[in-house]
Amino acid sequence: MNNEIETVETDVLIIGAGGAGMRAAISVNDAGLKPVMVTKSLLGKAHTVMAEGGIAAALGNVDPKDNWMVHYGDIIEEGVYISNWKMAEILGKEAPERVLELEKYGALFDRTPDGRIMQRAFGAHTYRRLAHIGDRTGLELIKTLEDQVLHRNIPFYDEMYIVDLIRKGDKIIGAYGIKMDTGKTFLFKAKTVVIATGGSGRVYKVTSNSWESTGDGVGMAYRAGVKLRDMEMIQFHPTGMVYPPGVKGLLVTEGVRGEGGILLNSKGERYMLKYSPQKKELDARDVVARANYREIMEGRGTEHGGVYLDITNKGPDFIKHKLPAMYQQFLEFAGVDITKEKMEVAPTVHYMMGGIQVDAETEKTNLENLFAAGEVASGLHGANRLGGNSLADILVFGKRAGDAAVNYARSSKIEEIPAEEIEKIKSYVMHFFRDDGKNPYDLIDRLTACMSENVGIMRDEEHLQKAMEIIEGLKEEFKEVGTKGGLRYNHGLLGCLELGNMLVSCEAIATCASMRKESRGAHARSDFPKKDPAWKVNIVTYLGDDGNMVFEVKPAEEMPEEYKAYVKPEVYE
Amino acid sequence: MSEDIKINVFRFDPETEKEGKFVEYNVPYVDGMVVLDTVRYVEEKIDPTVSIRWNCKAGKCGSCSAEINGKPSLMCKTRVDEIGKHITVAPMAAFPLIKDLVTDVSKNWEIARKIPMFTPKEGLEKPWRINPKDVERSKEFKRCIECFLCMDVCHVVREHFTPYFGPRHIVKAASWDMHPLDGLDRSKMLDVEGGMGYCNITKCCTEVCPEHIKITDNAIIQEKERAVDRQYDPIAMIIKNRRKKEKVVK
Ligand SMILES: Cc1cc2nc3c(=O)[nH]c(=O)nc-3n(C[C@H](O)[C@H](O)[C@H](O)COP(=O)(O)OP(=O)(O)OC[C@H]3O[C@@H](n4cnc5c(N)ncnc54)[C@H](O)[C@@H]3O)c2cc1C
Ligand code: SF4
Ligand code: SF4
Ligand code: FES
Repeated sequence: MNNEIETVETDVLIIGAGGAGMRAAISVNDAGLKPVMVTKSLLGKAHTVMAEGGIAAALGNVDPKDNWMVHYGDIIEEGVYISNWKMAEILGKEAPERVLELEKYGALFDRTPDGRIMQRAFGAHTYRRLAHIGDRTGLELIKTLEDQVLHRNIPFYDEMYIVDLIRKGDKIIGAYGIKMDTGKTFLFKAKTVVIATGGSGRVYKVTSNSWESTGDGVGMAYRAGVKLRDMEMIQFHPTGMVYPPGVKGLLVTEGVRGEGGILLNSKGERYMLKYSPQKKELDARDVVARANYREIMEGRGTEHGGVYLDITNKGPDFIKHKLPAMYQQFLEFAGVDITKEKMEVAPTVHYMMGGIQVDAETEKTNLENLFAAGEVASGLHGANRLGGNSLADILVFGKRAGDAAVNYARSSKIEEIPAEEIEKIKSYVMHFFRDDGKNPYDLIDRLTACMSENVGIMRDEEHLQKAMEIIEGLKEEFKEVGTKGGLRYNHGLLGCLELGNMLVSCEAIATCASMRKESRGAHARSDFPKKDPAWKVNIVTYLGDDGNMVFEVKPAEEMPEEYKAYVKPEVYE
Repeated sequence: MSEDIKINVFRFDPETEKEGKFVEYNVPYVDGMVVLDTVRYVEEKIDPTVSIRWNCKAGKCGSCSAEINGKPSLMCKTRVDEIGKHITVAPMAAFPLIKDLVTDVSKNWEIARKIPMFTPKEGLEKPWRINPKDVERSKEFKRCIECFLCMDVCHVVREHFTPYFGPRHIVKAASWDMHPLDGLDRSKMLDVEGGMGYCNITKCCTEVCPEHIKITDNAIIQEKERAVDRQYDPIAMIIKNRRKKEKVVK
C-alpha cells in the first residue's frame, strides 16, 4: 500500500463543503487569506443539496410586521428556552443580509406579485418567513455557492475523508485525510480549522439524511477534547415517506403543509384539530411528529404504517407549480400521483440540534483555533429547531466562523506536526485491514436499529438503558471490525471509520437522553411526560482524562432583561 | 417478485488490472427496490471493495450516475421492478474511470470556471424586483443536479478531441443568461470557446436528463440562436444591447 503522504499548508482548513463550509471558505478567500476546503462527497453534493422548504429570514416582504425580534422569540420558544439567546439574536438580525447576499450571488428566489422575494409559512414561525426556490432551496443554495467557490479558485479537495484532527496543547495544528479517489493520504497543516461537517442523522435507521451524515465532525472533535452540548436533542420530522421500503425515511417537505396539505388518519379524521386546534398541521415539528406517532401507535395508521398527508384539494396546477420536486418524488419512487392521491407519511429522523459547543459570536470551540458552524455546531436551536432556520444558520454562522478564523490566522503560524502523531492516525486506519474482521455494516445495522427502537421519538428509562448496553457491546465489537482491499474508494474502510464516529454520537445521545428526566421540545419521555424547571439546563459532554465520556449539567444561558419582552414567558404545568 | 435478483456489476481497477469484467451477484429482492439498493447490498454484505458513489439516495445530489442496462441513469431513481430481472450496471463511459462504477468528473469544474458567473446588470435599485413570471425560464435550468448523464450520452463529449463544453455547461450558461437581472451574454463565448457548434441537436441529452430539463430545445437552441444573432446581425445586437444593457463576453 502507498506509504507516501502529501502535505498541504493553509491559513484556514475548512472541513465540509455544505452551505456552512462553502460560506466560510468564501469569507476566508475574500479576506485575502488562503482557505482549503475538503469534503468527503463530491463538490456540490453535500447534504445541504437536499433542503427543500426554504430559508428563514425576517425580511417582512409578505408580512411587514415581521422583524428580528419576532424571529428571535420564535427561536427561543421553539427551542424551549435552552437555546443560546445570543445566537438566536444574531440569526434573527443577520439572516436577511445573508439571503440578499445569496440573491446577489445569483440565487433566483420565487417572487411576490410585486417582485420581491416570496416568503412562505412554515411550522411555528409567527409570520410567513421562508424565502424559497420552489421546493429546491438547498440545491439552489449549494449550486450558487459552488459557482462562487469555483470562480474564486478556492482550493478544494473533494472525496477527501478526514480521519482525525491533530492537537497540540490547546490548538489544532492539522488534520489527516484519505483522498478516496486516489487512495493517497494527506496531511493538512493549518493555522486554524473550521469544522462544518453537518449532522449525525445516519445513526438512526429511518432518516431523511444523506449518506455522509454520520457525525464525523462530532467524533473527531470529541476525540480531540472538544466539548459537545445538547446531544439528546434529535429532531424527528413529522413527514417522511414510508413506502416503498427502499425510500423509507425520505423527506416529504413541510412545504406541503405550508401550502395547505392536511393530515388524516385511516378513519379519515383530521386529528391535528384535536392535538393542536390553533396551529393544526403547522404546529412545531415535535408536536406534529408526536401526533403522527400516536395515531400510528394507537392503531389508526395506514396500510404501510403511516398516516395520510393530503394536498389534492389544491389542484394539479398549483401542486405542480409550488411543489414540483414532491410531485416527482412520489410519482417516481412510489408510483403515487399526489395531485390525485393521498401520501402516506410517518416521522423520520431529520436534524441534530446538539453538537459542538461554540461561542455565539465567533463560533470558537473550547480550543483556541478551532471553530465549528452549521449542523455540527450547537446552541442556536436548543431543544428543537424551526424549519428553515438551518439554511439561515449555515450561512450566518458559516460566515462568522470564516471571519473569526481569519482573525485568528492573521496572528498565528503553521506548526510542525510530530511524526508520532501522524503515525498514530495511520496505524488506526491500517489496523482495519485484516482478514478476520467483522463486517462494519452489520454493526452499523444493529446500531441504527437500536437507536430507532430505543432512543426514538418517545423515550423511557428502560429502553434508554437497553440502548446504552447495546452501544457498550458494540463499542467492544468495534475493536474487531475490519475490511479488505486498499485505500482507494473502499466503502468497507469508510464503514469502519464512520462507525467509530457514529458510536461517539450514539453514546452521547443515549446517555444525555437518559439523564434528562423530563420532556422538553424534541426530547419526549413517557416516564417523565412533563417539562421540569429543574431541567432548564444544557448537558455538556466531553472526553475525560480517563478515556470515558464526561457529562456536565449547566443552567441554560439567561437572556438580558430587555430581551424578555420578545418572548412569551416560560410556563410549567 | 420475491426471489433473488441477479445484478451484473462492472468491476475494474485500472491501477492493478488490465481490463474490467462484469461480475454477477445475487441480491434478495425487496419491494420497491432501486438499483442503488442492490449495489449497496453487494458492497455492504458481499464485497466491501465494490466502489460506488452515492449520497442522497433521493435523486437530489446527482452522485449515483451510471449506465444501467446501457442507459445513462441515476441508480437511486431506477426501480428494479421497472427494468426486469437482468440488470447490468456500468460506469459512465464519457469520463475517465477511477474504479468499478466511479468515474472522474472533475473536468467539469474546469469547464465551469470558464463560464462567467452571474453578473448583475449595473445600476439596479435595491431591493431587486423581478416579475414572478420572469423567473420561470431560468428556473428550469436551475433544476440541474449535475449528474452529468447528459454529458455521458452526448456523442460529441465522448469524442474527446472537440472543445465542446457539453450540454450540462450550456444549461449552466443559459441559467445565467436567462436570469432576468443578469447583464452578460454568454452565447458568443459558448460558440467560440465552448465549441457549441459541434452539437448537432440530436437531443439524446434531453432524453436522459433526470430533471426533465429540455436541454436541447430550451437551452442549446436558444444559445445557438443568440450566438448567430451576435455574429451575423450587428444591428440586432446593438438594439438588444441598448435594451438590455448587456455586455458581451468574449
Ligand atoms: C431532506 C432535508 C430537507 C431539509 N430542508 C431544509 C429546509 O428546507 N430548510 C432548512 O433550513 N433546513 C433544511 N434541512 C436541514 C439542512 O439542510 C441541513 O441542516 C444543512 O444543510 C446542514 O448544512 P451544513 O453545511 O452544516 O452541512 P452539510 O450540508 O451536511 O455538509 C457537510 C459537509 O461535511 C463533509 N464531511 C462530513 N464528514 C466529513 C469527513 N469525515 N471528512 C471530510 N468531509 C466531511 C460532507 O462531505 C459535506 O461536504 C433539510 C434537511 C434534509 C435532510
Ligand atoms: S443535442 Fe447536442 S449536446 Fe445534446 S447529446 Fe446531442 S450533440 Fe450532445
Ligand atoms: S442537465 Fe440534466 S442530465 Fe445534465 S447534468 Fe443537469 S440534471 Fe443531469
Ligand atoms: S444518490 Fe443522490 S442522486 Fe442518486
